[in-house]
Amino acid sequence: MPALIREIRASYGFVERNFNLVKRYMGWEVVFLFYNVVNTLTIGLIGYATGDMELVLFLVIGALMWAFLGVLFHEVSESIAWERWEGTIEFTFMAPIRRITMLLGTCLYAVIYGVLRTIVVLLFVLLFFDLGFENANFLSAVVILVVSSLSFIGLGLMAAVLPLISPERGPQATHIIQALILLVSGVYYPISVLPVWLQPLSYISPATYTLRMMRSAMLDGASLNTMGWDLLGLTICGIALIPIGAWIFNLGELYAKKVGKLKRSG
Amino acid sequence: MIHKALQCRGVTKTFIVDGEEGGIIKRIRNRKNRFRAVDDISFTVEAGEIFGIIGPNGSGKSTLIRLISTLLLPNEGYISVFGNDVVKDSRKVRRLINRVTVEASFFKKLSALENLTYAARLYDVPIKEAREKIEHILGRLQFPNKKLKEPLENLSRGMQQKVAIARALFTRPTLLLLDEPTTGLDPRSKREVQAFVREAQSEFGATILFTTHDMEEAESICGRIAIIKDGRFVALDTAEGLKRLAGNRSGKKLTMDDVFFILTGEEWEGNGDKGESEVMENAGVD
Repeated sequence: MPALIREIRASYGFVERNFNLVKRYMGWEVVFLFYNVVNTLTIGLIGYATGDMELVLFLVIGALMWAFLGVLFHEVSESIAWERWEGTIEFTFMAPIRRITMLLGTCLYAVIYGVLRTIVVLLFVLLFFDLGFENANFLSAVVILVVSSLSFIGLGLMAAVLPLISPERGPQATHIIQALILLVSGVYYPISVLPVWLQPLSYISPATYTLRMMRSAMLDGASLNTMGWDLLGLTICGIALIPIGAWIFNLGELYAKKVGKLKRSG
Repeated sequence: MIHKALQCRGVTKTFIVDGEEGGIIKRIRNRKNRFRAVDDISFTVEAGEIFGIIGPNGSGKSTLIRLISTLLLPNEGYISVFGNDVVKDSRKVRRLINRVTVEASFFKKLSALENLTYAARLYDVPIKEAREKIEHILGRLQFPNKKLKEPLENLSRGMQQKVAIARALFTRPTLLLLDEPTTGLDPRSKREVQAFVREAQSEFGATILFTTHDMEEAESICGRIAIIKDGRFVALDTAEGLKRLAGNRSGKKLTMDDVFFILTGEEWEGNGDKGESEVMENAGVD
């Protein structure tokens, strides 16, 4: 038990450190948030131009969910590249904590930060558009958000290994993964409009199920028991992806220690 | 059973040289592309000892420290810290060690206090206790308290290095790895750091592995000194022992700088392999 408490405290250390960094890089935060808000409003306006409010909701939910999942994936996958850039990677990896503690601390921060940022964007969206969420089932939405976070944390852990094993090309490769998920998951359009050869990829993207369920919950007020297989699939996916992600990360760390990549940039 | 503070036996670390033509597989297969950064190094450090390693840039000092720090895996050999294998028991080893590097590894936008709080969480030191220890250590290092809340990027390199030393010491490591901690410091900061290293050893009883370019510094701080060149220890003894060893070859009274050049320079190399074995044997290298 004391060991567990020690690891939880260390995990909290990552959350605290990252929020301290957010405060110190506040200028960047404002810029990112501004872009995020404008991007979401612009996408909503595309629907508004058609006069179809349901399309506005469809697009805005897509934009908000993508903003959340994108932040989650980005914060986890970029955590190593960030430490390398700051020059603290060796200090963090030398600390007497389990690697999973470090990873979970980073993920916990990413979830809290992602939720806070999405709420701020949502507030701006609500001020800008007269959106009717009277049918929305918010309980379902929260559960979907939590369950989908697991899958994206798992994917983020897998992607985090790329900057670990390849300091120069790894960070760019994580953007390719993120872009592919954006392309195939039906964030802004139904999957049916994708070329037939590309559609199978949408079935293996957790974001596809997240978006489908979130839209059902927010537009049609769907309850959790009507989402059965999608919800179960996404839960299993999340539970499986986190240990797989951690395992891949450990293999990456071993490789980095063999070839000497576990060091700061420059 | 009483363990040595640090034990290295036949430690070798090889890297694949970057920038060669061909893919990674081709480069791994081609033995010519391999570079031995640490080459068959063996030595032991007793508990409470300050052990110095001196050598030119690229001689393997930092690689050796990173191997001990569990940040690299050796290709051959064995390293233990108080009986714990750095490869198999890496987390136990990490509990016993801490390290100060030539570049202070901090989140530069964060203040000293924020960086040290992060360290306290990772090393499971209660924040209040950590703060008291940090203020005590930084006070001894003449670090002004009011600077604790300033972003580290606004502090001089000397001040940053003092914070790095406080971060390493407040966790009470039993083995402290100081990798060129005084390089680039002004003379006053250098003296303060040197005095504190001695104090850390006597007050906390820490075992210290100290690398430096500065021969006089090594002589004044370290009990025993190893001279490293091209990844190999070419001599290991007390400062006096090394002087005697080099003096036997030159026949004059020597400074530590002279000793270093004699044992690693052209004159020594000119004697060929026989000279190297002779020196190593005389110098007590394992």
